[in-house]
Amino acid sequence: MKKHFQPIMLLITILILASCSDNHGQSAASKQEPISITISAAASMQDALESIKEKFEKEHPDITLTFNFGSSGALQQQISQGAPVDLFLSAAKDKMALLIKGGFISESDHTNLVKNNLVLITNKQSDTTINNFADLETLDKEKIAIGIPKSVPAGNYAKETLQSLHIWEKVQENIVPAKDVRQVLSYVETNNVAAGIVYGTDAKTSDAVQVAAIADEASHSPIVYPLGIIKDSKHYQAAKVFYDYLQTPISLEVFKENGFIVN
Amino acid sequence: MDLLLTKEDWSNFWPPISLSLQVSLIATVCVIVSGIILAALLARKKFKGKVLLETCLLLPIVLPPTVTGFLLLVVFGRNSIIGKGIEWLFHQPIIFTWWAAVIAAFIVSFPLMYQSAKAGFIQIDRSIEEAARVDGANEWKILTSISIPLASHSLISGSILSFARGLGEFGATLMFAGNIPGKTQTLPTAIYVAIETGNMRMAWIWVITITIISFIMLALCQPKQQ
Repeated sequence: MKKHFQPIMLLITILILASCSDNHGQSAASKQEPISITISAAASMQDALESIKEKFEKEHPDITLTFNFGSSGALQQQISQGAPVDLFLSAAKDKMALLIKGGFISESDHTNLVKNNLVLITNKQSDTTINNFADLETLDKEKIAIGIPKSVPAGNYAKETLQSLHIWEKVQENIVPAKDVRQVLSYVETNNVAAGIVYGTDAKTSDAVQVAAIADEASHSPIVYPLGIIKDSKHYQAAKVFYDYLQTPISLEVFKENGFIVN
Repeated sequence: MDLLLTKEDWSNFWPPISLSLQVSLIATVCVIVSGIILAALLARKKFKGKVLLETCLLLPIVLPPTVTGFLLLVVFGRNSIIGKGIEWLFHQPIIFTWWAAVIAAFIVSFPLMYQSAKAGFIQIDRSIEEAARVDGANEWKILTSISIPLASHSLISGSILSFARGLGEFGATLMFAGNIPGKTQTLPTAIYVAIETGNMRMAWIWVITITIISFIMLALCQPKQQ
């Protein structure tokens, strides 16, 4: 009995000590604990938001920002299931609309922050003959990578553009549906597809791809990034501060540097 | 939940299942053969770089599947020597084909078979193998008549694990074989797309089907294991 007792006592002592030191750290920090707000944002926003975060936290030392990056659909699902999120920056209008409809974001607390364009990319090293969207029709066995139209917004815009050119049906055989835009980029970077369709901002992140053509804005629905404050946010005021900050010229300039289109 | 299917749903229902079963069966057969041979060769050997080699063999378990998929894309892709060789041989690249799915399933399930087989072979009493050797049996005879029967428990559980892993393989397959309905869309990929696109009914039906298949598979193997 004694043999078993000793390690247990030791364990309990360690636990008590550990919890003590933890309390200590907390009470020290609580003197001036900054408010932490969580922003669920589309993965394509990551680089821009990280640079904005740096600037913002310097100006507002009382607020810390935590980002949760993912696909807009997954983020919307999380919020609908009650995830503790303060702000939502979506890459798709319909996902924002769903949350407004569900009463998670109020109509007055959302705005269209920035826009993006749709581009056709090819590998820089390939001797491609693809110079515009209409050329895709000439492909024989070579593949075209786009996001799954039903679940990836970029894929849906790509479908719209190809439909407006009346070549969607003809290129069906060549389409490889990818699970996200990142996967489309990987396929083009490694030269395993003849071309891919992604956002202008994505094309900018890769040195191995070149933009062969930019889709006509009229050929697809507008690509906007809506921003909204979650109604149930515990730190509504702090969330509102960042919501406004994102719309200042300082932030918009960062978005512009990252390839987004600012009105 | 309403599980009634439309005609269109039914025509979409079967292809991913049959594809997944074919792919994981073929991958498992390859994994069993190569896993047993490699484990038999390496189990009791000691040489420089063995740890390094075994770590490489185990990597697919550690790496995120998307990374494994990306590595496959680079190694077998159209820019690599291997990829070019395959294209020259078969007049088409391997990526986005049925075989790419088999390779992906093979790579991710191999470590499970290898580890199980190795554990099984190490446990065998060496004197039995030695006795056979003294009696003039060659290495192949020893492997097939002594080592494999004696290690059969480990080998069977390794095979089951490998098959299950291959059947559930998602990340690397999606990357390397793509997600082309009717051609390279496996069951896990189909379920993923169904959930992403809000087609929960189809997702549930596939999930139930794959669960039933797994139960049957396990039940078939269970008596032999005991």
